[in-house]
Amino acid sequence: MKLSRSARITLGTLTAVVLLFIYVPLLLVVINSFNGDRSFGWPPRSFTLEWWSRAFQSEGVREAIATSLWVALISTAISLVLGTLLALALQRHDFFGKDVINLLVILPIALPGIVTGIALNNLFTTVLGVSLSLWTVIIAHATFCMVTVFNNAIARLRRTNSSFEEASSDLGAGIFTTFRLVTLPQLRSALVAGGLLAFALSFDEIIVTTFTIGAGQQTLPVWILNNLFRPNQAPVVNVVAVVLIIASVVPVWLAQRLSGDAIGTTRSRKKASPGITKASSTAR
Amino acid sequence: MSVDIRPADAAPGRPSRQALSALLYRRGRLRLAGLLTAPAAWLILVYIAALSALLITALWTVDTFTGKVSTTWTLDNLIQVTTDPVYQTIALRTLRIAVLVTVVDMVLALPIAFFIAKVASPRWRGVLVVAILMPLWASYLVKAYAWRNVLAEGGLLEWLGISSPGYSEAAVVIALSYIWLPYMILPIHAGFERVPDSLLEASSDLGAKPLATLRLVILPILVPSIIAGTIFTFALTLGDYITAQIVGGTTQMLGTVVYANVGAANNLPLASAVALIPIAVIMAYLLIVRRTGALNNL
Repeated sequence: MKLSRSARITLGTLTAVVLLFIYVPLLLVVINSFNGDRSFGWPPRSFTLEWWSRAFQSEGVREAIATSLWVALISTAISLVLGTLLALALQRHDFFGKDVINLLVILPIALPGIVTGIALNNLFTTVLGVSLSLWTVIIAHATFCMVTVFNNAIARLRRTNSSFEEASSDLGAGIFTTFRLVTLPQLRSALVAGGLLAFALSFDEIIVTTFTIGAGQQTLPVWILNNLFRPNQAPVVNVVAVVLIIASVVPVWLAQRLSGDAIGTTRSRKKASPGITKASSTAR
Repeated sequence: MSVDIRPADAAPGRPSRQALSALLYRRGRLRLAGLLTAPAAWLILVYIAALSALLITALWTVDTFTGKVSTTWTLDNLIQVTTDPVYQTIALRTLRIAVLVTVVDMVLALPIAFFIAKVASPRWRGVLVVAILMPLWASYLVKAYAWRNVLAEGGLLEWLGISSPGYSEAAVVIALSYIWLPYMILPIHAGFERVPDSLLEASSDLGAKPLATLRLVILPILVPSIIAGTIFTFALTLGDYITAQIVGGTTQMLGTVVYANVGAANNLPLASAVALIPIAVIMAYLLIVRRTGALNNL
């Protein structure tokens, strides 16, 4: 679009300012993790590596990370299966009540975490009488993670046409073989993107987790929240925060490389349909 | 048309799988049932059941002696939540914060998304998208916590000579706008990308000034994306209480009340009744915006 020079400069400056607004607070956390002073006065008067060594020795942190990874892995696995099935059902078939299911499926992410949290807490404790554990957390997480997988998968299915699948069955492949050799390769990068997002959402989730986790158990976000207001632990929380910021580069990098749908919105739409080209090259 | 359907690749030793494949191929309904049963059952048995149970629990009460939920039917919770000035104040405050956060994010997201999608050089586009995406993946708690360092007494703002709002409602609005900003930028950016450049050229060839093109060509195409973004920022804010806890000082939101009633006050029925407020607000919003096609942009 043709814009005047001044309009371009204004827009560019605005973008730079917003990026500054995004990164300055995060940068502050990074600097504070080396702050020698517990109270985080600005600017820091002295620097230390003590918090870093304490964080790496902390048993609580390590256990919480292991718990979070376990919960996120299982939730992602469940949501990958359910989300893919649902996307195939809604994209490749027409049936009565499809609109209802379409609306139903976005509810877990459209309704805030507190609603999902208390609804499931109430279901488990009052209605079913189940005691809360890591499994109740996993059930809760899988419910909303399923939606991100579904969104990615259905967006990809909309852009790939079903003629490859038809050709496959015309050539005599059964439906399982067609799924394995034709549909799945087309979906692969979308599923990886959706799975990554699901994993990250689960790993980061705090509100739903608070309402569905058993007493005495801690995922990493729960550990952070529990220790945030303890003056003794706050510097260690800072270090964990920095590690999390650094770790968040990995999924972005992966998603960008795979040029998925929901996360890497730029590349996928410009190339006609990377799904098809990729699928045909891998199937050969 | 009768064709002999016999999958060529099926191993001779697995007739049952071959038969199942052929059966599913012939019967579309059966195939659909196979695909739909597990996810639909999960959504209905877990999620819809839980939401319905929430509605029912809101009509129950708590036995004051045992502290257990008693299944006596009453409208007391609903009446208390809708008429008690305390709850009205908190509900209105939460709504106000949610609207403010949504507006702030929209105002910030529109120019930056436009710049990335249509103005920046192709080489910069990738870099900028990654720069926006990165904080989306950084932990929610880290981001809320980061603002403590900025807003605190002796924090960055004070050092810069800007008067800090301290831990207050304003701080909650700032922190939440910050946290949910990528959720607004991404759908709007995707929306801008879907506007073909040829359309913009046609518009300017026909004599439209950039502002007219923006208003008459781009905006109508963009509406579903903007609404998709607002669903995120609005809904996520409406249910928040952790950020309020971290930077809000004494600011109470609906989530704070729900959390307090599940935990310390041990009054699940009242908590359920309070939780119905955000559900009602969001359902109403979803029904209004459904026609715009925004729900396909989530």
